[in-house]
Amino acid sequence: MRMLINVPETVVADGLRGMAAAHPELTVDVENRLVVRRDAPVAGKVGLVSGGGSGHEPLHAGFVGPGMLSAACPGEIFTSPVPDQMVKAATAVDSGAGVLFVVKNYTGDVLNFDMAAELAEDEGVQVARVLVDDDVAVDDSTFTAGRRGTGATLFVEKIAGALAEEGAPLERVEAVARQVNESARSFGVALGAVTTPAKGSPTFDLPDGQLELGIGIHGEPGRERRPMMTSGEIADFAVHAVLEDLRPKGPVLVLVNGMGATPLLELYGFNAEVQRVLSERGVAVARTLVGNYVTSLDMAGCSVTVCQVDEELLRLWDAPVQTPALRWGR
Amino acid sequence: MLDTDFFRRWMTATAAAVSREASRLTDLDAAIGDADHGNNMQRGFTAVTAVLEKESPATPGAVLTLAGRQLISTVGGASGPLYGTLLRRTGKALGEAAEVSTEELAEAFGEGVAAVAQLGGAQAGDKTMLDALLPAVEALSSSLGAARDAARAGAEATVPLQARKGRASYLGERSIGHQDPGATSAALLIEALAETAGPSAGGDA
Repeated sequence: MRMLINVPETVVADGLRGMAAAHPELTVDVENRLVVRRDAPVAGKVGLVSGGGSGHEPLHAGFVGPGMLSAACPGEIFTSPVPDQMVKAATAVDSGAGVLFVVKNYTGDVLNFDMAAELAEDEGVQVARVLVDDDVAVDDSTFTAGRRGTGATLFVEKIAGALAEEGAPLERVEAVARQVNESARSFGVALGAVTTPAKGSPTFDLPDGQLELGIGIHGEPGRERRPMMTSGEIADFAVHAVLEDLRPKGPVLVLVNGMGATPLLELYGFNAEVQRVLSERGVAVARTLVGNYVTSLDMAGCSVTVCQVDEELLRLWDAPVQTPALRWGR
Repeated sequence: MLDTDFFRRWMTATAAAVSREASRLTDLDAAIGDADHGNNMQRGFTAVTAVLEKESPATPGAVLTLAGRQLISTVGGASGPLYGTLLRRTGKALGEAAEVSTEELAEAFGEGVAAVAQLGGAQAGDKTMLDALLPAVEALSSSLGAARDAARAGAEATVPLQARKGRASYLGERSIGHQDPGATSAALLIEALAETAGPSAGGDA
């Protein structure tokens, strides 16, 4: 194992300390594992709180700031945060307008956020919840824990965040967050396994010359393994899997997301192939984002997320955002 | 009869077992999950041992309620709420009694396990901790030793099953052939219970 760490036990805390030093515009509570925008609570504004296991950086803490999340709760590596963190986040950002929890569909995240919602409501915070479940690789969700939440989380947090910034009420922010999730689908592939600091060795064995199709974001193996394919072949496979499920009737947002260990050069090359396939299928691309946004530690690979947008969603996507990992328009 | 000290020792024995087996739990989790179960359980039960020392709860019910709350606050993932609920609900069902019989424990534990099944929406055969806990509940009314054997057998019986809940469920058929980490840690909890009662109690505590 070669990792730029001290000891596995302090990886999350060390990362938060460094984040605090780099981003004075955020309030970082290392002990309680909370990242909050410094001006919270903002009067009259709905609070947006998300969180999940660490190891997916910049998700979620990197998306805290004006125009996106009000607070993020980082858990241990690949482990959902605990309800105490979410309750603290909710009370820290609630201005009386209520709080929306953005929850990725994993058993642990769902259970902990549900418990937190109950506890926060006991403290007088009105809480709504949106569940992100965009991963089409989980094709028989009646026999699983349901579709996983992956790349669409970024779209939900950005678009709902922009709407909250405009002062929209909780029901409206929740409805748009849900609309974004329902309009978005993702598919991911792994070209290499992930090594967690605690385990110190790859969590699954992916031999050279093989790739794993339908991967999640926790290094959990996918559903199918195949001999290595070219970027163009992977794009064909992934985009077709997404479009089989989504069938967009208008322009779309595209996220070509790196899993952590794939160079940007390769991601851009892959994006060229994704755009080719979308164009062949007659899908108009309104905006494209390429980079490492919803990662899986050192996993090599990528995911594609496609989200159908109307005029309002596109306007909210373009609205100013100022966070460590996503910023434009200001 | 089982007193407050017995329940405290049960939790300490579980913490020791989880520590001892942490890397095995993590390896099992790496095969079909995300390789953190051992660390998470260890972090949780270490915190349980610490809080029990600090707050010294006065009844068996209070020991389990406090332990459960501590797990919810420190573990995260699915294990935190599920194990936390198991102990909290069992503790609540034990009420204020200063001592409880094995039969009373069996009944309370049954309520705790039912709460876990409801929270996780899982049932027998889904390849989860319930596959160890449900047979343990059945056997607990006869003896702690029988519960230990049933839990262990239940955990081992998850090997040929296909996971239908949690992260392992995404593997589909590829989850077959691996023992479930949650069922394995649940068996550790029950083994620690029998061990706390002592070797003589193994058969008829």
